[in-house]
Amino acid sequence: MAEMITLEVARYRPEREREPTFQTYEVPFRKDWVVLDALNYIKDRLDGSLSYRWSCRMGVCGSCGMMVDGEPKLTCATFLSDYMPGPVRVEPLSYFPVVRDLVIEMTDFMVKLKSVKPWIVREEEKPTSEGEYLQTPDQLDAYKQFSMCINCMLCYAACPVYALDPQFIGPAAIALAQRYNRDSRDQGSEERLDLLSQHEGIWACTFVGECTKVCPKNVDPAGAIQQYKLTSTKEWFKSFLMPWRAK
Amino acid sequence: MESEVSETPIYTPYHPRWYRARVSTYWWSRRWAYLKFILRELSSIFVAYFVVLTLLQIRALTQGPDAYARFQERLKAPVLVALNALAFFFVLFHAVTWFNLAPKAMNLRMRGKRVPDLLIVLPNYVAWLAISTVVAWLLLR
Repeated sequence: MAEMITLEVARYRPEREREPTFQTYEVPFRKDWVVLDALNYIKDRLDGSLSYRWSCRMGVCGSCGMMVDGEPKLTCATFLSDYMPGPVRVEPLSYFPVVRDLVIEMTDFMVKLKSVKPWIVREEEKPTSEGEYLQTPDQLDAYKQFSMCINCMLCYAACPVYALDPQFIGPAAIALAQRYNRDSRDQGSEERLDLLSQHEGIWACTFVGECTKVCPKNVDPAGAIQQYKLTSTKEWFKSFLMPWRAK
Repeated sequence: MESEVSETPIYTPYHPRWYRARVSTYWWSRRWAYLKFILRELSSIFVAYFVVLTLLQIRALTQGPDAYARFQERLKAPVLVALNALAFFFVLFHAVTWFNLAPKAMNLRMRGKRVPDLLIVLPNYVAWLAISTVVAWLLLR
């Protein structure tokens, strides 16, 4: 008989129960299987009622983030073999409201993400006839790391500050704000400053550093936030010493 | 078919009823990284304690040799020795974690490339060692 592994999967069926419970499934263990493969096996063969999000299976889309044995993980990149002999506990991402089973409600993140204007802001667009905005490899390198973010929200599920203070803009949104602040083509850093310099912006962060550790794309949101604290402080001193330069 | 809906009268079909987990007061005890973070936050109390102790020491010093001798005698109490040992551990922990975090807060770039973390951490440790050596030399000569 093929080797099996036990999955303890969090179930929440709002029409039936008031809080989540765990359901145990036995799935075949295969060396090349990730947790998402096991969930798909359950969905296809054992229990079609299990709900979860997934799409690309290759760590690009950022939709299959879940807690695996209490750690935020992309389930498409988390091998069952690392959890042998099991059981493996699969839960929805922490600190987000649960809609059903492993599906979380992410509107809060989407609103926060939009609030930092994660796009190139120009005071004036130059006409297309003048060609594209050019950038040197060094200028690209200045923000490239932060641009790797896939909005998977693992960093939020690792952040106790977000858990305790849901107003906190959070790691990914701030890292993405920095991605555009550091872009040589962008002129919107001043527009982002007010929002990011609030308490709910960078200053709520107490530098636990877990966001950086769980990031599957090595974005380093913790670094982005600490570096922005320095920028924000410098801007504050500038406006304090030279109030006539304030906007 | 038996109706499962009746068990939870709050539920309205086709309307979401989200489950929000409460954050436990003891959230920091669940993960070593969180515990380490809380210990680091706690260490600031001991840093403050050492500052106060140093201020008291300086005050005793300004009050003359007798007062300073009495101050030193008081420090020999077992409770204070234990407290100072604990405080020393926390201050050490604070310093080491602080130096290790330093590269995260800095975005130093040289010739277009990011300066490696080690190059930021190492000077901190070297400076710490150098200053400690000078202090130790002043105290022990």
